[in-house]
Amino acid sequence: MTKTTEHILPPVLERSNLLGWMRRNLFGSWIDALLTLIGVWIVYWAASGLLRWALYTAEWKVIVVNARLLMIGQYPIEQVGRLWIWLGFLIFLLGNSLAIWGRGSRIAPALLALPVAMAFIFPFGADPRKWLIAMTAIGLIGWGLGRVKPEALKRSVIAGWVISLPIIILLTYGLSKSEASIVPIVRTNLWGGLLLTFLLTVVGILFSFPIGVLLALGRRSELPAVRWFSVGYIELVRGVPLITILFMAQLMLPLFLPEGWTVDRVVRAMVGITLFSAAYLAENVRGGLQAIPKGQFEAAAALGLSGAQTMIFIILPQALRLVIPILVGQFIALYKDTSLVAIVGLLDLVGIARTVLAQPEFLGLQREVYVFISLIFWALSYGMSYVSQRLEERLGVGIR
Amino acid sequence: MQYEQKRETAIPFWRDERILRVLGQVVFVALVVFVATLIYQNMKAGLARQGISLSYAFLKNLSGFDIAETAFPYSRNSAYWQAFLIGLLNTLLVSVVGIIFSTILGVILGVARLSTNFIINRLASFYLEIIRNLSLLVFLIFWYLGVFLKLPRVKEATPWLGDIILTNRGVGIPWGIPTASFPTFRLILFLGLLFALVVFFALREYGKRTGRAPLTLVWSFLAFLLVALIGWFVLPERPIVADLAFVKGLNLSGGKILSPEFMALTSGLVLYTAAFIGEVVRAGIQSVSKGQIEASRALGLNSFQTLRLVVFPQALRVIIPPLTSQYLNLVKNSSLAIAVGYPDVFYVSNTIQNQTGRAVEMISLVMFTYLVLSLATSALMNWYNQRIKLAER
Repeated sequence: MTKTTEHILPPVLERSNLLGWMRRNLFGSWIDALLTLIGVWIVYWAASGLLRWALYTAEWKVIVVNARLLMIGQYPIEQVGRLWIWLGFLIFLLGNSLAIWGRGSRIAPALLALPVAMAFIFPFGADPRKWLIAMTAIGLIGWGLGRVKPEALKRSVIAGWVISLPIIILLTYGLSKSEASIVPIVRTNLWGGLLLTFLLTVVGILFSFPIGVLLALGRRSELPAVRWFSVGYIELVRGVPLITILFMAQLMLPLFLPEGWTVDRVVRAMVGITLFSAAYLAENVRGGLQAIPKGQFEAAAALGLSGAQTMIFIILPQALRLVIPILVGQFIALYKDTSLVAIVGLLDLVGIARTVLAQPEFLGLQREVYVFISLIFWALSYGMSYVSQRLEERLGVGIR
Repeated sequence: MQYEQKRETAIPFWRDERILRVLGQVVFVALVVFVATLIYQNMKAGLARQGISLSYAFLKNLSGFDIAETAFPYSRNSAYWQAFLIGLLNTLLVSVVGIIFSTILGVILGVARLSTNFIINRLASFYLEIIRNLSLLVFLIFWYLGVFLKLPRVKEATPWLGDIILTNRGVGIPWGIPTASFPTFRLILFLGLLFALVVFFALREYGKRTGRAPLTLVWSFLAFLLVALIGWFVLPERPIVADLAFVKGLNLSGGKILSPEFMALTSGLVLYTAAFIGEVVRAGIQSVSKGQIEASRALGLNSFQTLRLVVFPQALRVIIPPLTSQYLNLVKNSSLAIAVGYPDVFYVSNTIQNQTGRAVEMISLVMFTYLVLSLATSALMNWYNQRIKLAER
């Protein structure tokens, strides 16, 4: 036996060299070869055109001059430190999480070094430079801590992510009305740019989550009145575009409230986004609830748990765990959808872009500004989905 | 027995589940009704302060504004409801054109993602990764301001790909002009359609009787084409003459002029939705297990037959439900027309609302319209899904 197998060489095509690989993957048949040539031409055409534009034609000065406006809008400059603090907290958590769940991933240090790289590449002022360097330092500390004690930190990191949302909102909004306090209130009409986009997302996630879970439970309730109400709400909201809900929130919300109550425009948009997102979230959570086998309910009943106890301690933890990946996808979609508030006149990233393009010295630079904004949206949303995929693998969700 | 009865009567009413259920629902309904009336009262009081009462009578008033793209004659002397109808037709146009083209492009992308060709495969997934992480609004605005409005000016425009003229005032494509014999030709086309239907049902009957699977759709289409061609050559005069778009002074003329707004919105929606449809198609094809393909090859079917008779029908079952939700997304996303200035139903309603101050009426009308559109789309797709569903025994 051994003698014969020694003489058998792998087929020529399967030998792993470049030529064999190319023949298999690029020139398998004449149609394949044609497609390859077309593909190469497309790549060359797109890449060369894009590079030529980005390096020679485009005037990136518009971004450099308006960088602060695009990032935080009119947020008072003496209060910017507060934003850096919560950003630092997020980066610390990110470093921790990458170390704990992303072991073996090489991108963690590279990702954390990004702020320093940005500080040196782009013409920032002295203050942002210092902060950016601090961000990398904080991130690396978090990463180091995570490497040293991955098991001990797990729970606190998860708790950290959960409480980071209210922390972001509180730090950005402020605590007390008096000017003398450390964190005076910054009115929402001063929020703008990426900051506003981000805050809308955070508020949307934080408030739509409990509403969504309640709606999902309501839809599966045995009480017809509750069930029909939930079904009606979910289907109504899912049947209409977000923009109509945002308009409703802007124009009709003030009418719904008693006389004398006023809600500012940003909060109205937040209400609209929350109500919209809750309906979609409810459907996702319902998917998780349906995946829980009946035996779980029966076992809980056999143990003597009440209906509410069964839900809170047995069903929801399992159901939510199952739908984590879908929920992350939902939150990424929410982040992209917040850009619609520009249509109702808020100055989020897209809204600010309009004001930037209205400056007389930057007329006609739509391509530069919108490419930059697309890049921000793309990078953050790609980053979130990448990280969530890694975490999914590590958490073992979906693979049982 | 006696013991059980005793226990049952021992349950106090606040722990009796049957009573609790009724009570819970009563409380819930009362709460909902209370909040709803509160909101309604507030709204009424607020509107009264502004001196407005709820009514749709204003829809009969003169609109007084122009709309750039109209499906039927409309002027500023038309009524508001006519303006609304124009918007609705524009939304339908964008939706239908968008659904057709995004399906075609999506299928191509999905197949490309499964290609063994390295470059094609990578290109498709690269495209997907880019599009999926962009905000549609930003993409549409960029597509409109950064691409379609930056096309060459009318004076400098040169025909492209034969007879398509790309300018920043619109895209001119060749279009047919009906001649005097067109009504007769239309009649012939109708006859062709009838003939195709006859062929379709005959072949289906034949397939049911013999158990073979004739190419029903292809033969029906060929039958239609045959009649159409005969009509085209038999008629003494050509029923349609081609009309090319050309530059006339500072404007485009002739052919069909597609406005930059329409082009940006439709092509942007197509490019965006196609990426998601591509994923749906890929997942559908991958869901067919390899054993099915191997088994059909073992039965002696060739690769085309395998695809048509084994892979495709099974993949379709997986594809249709998520495809429906992508179509619904496209219809709803067409409301972003307001960002590029295309007069769809939402944009027109917004104009009406700004002119009349009737926010409550217009927003509820628009929401109702989209709800009906969504329900109609999903009803249609559900009907199709029922037809292709696995017949379980």
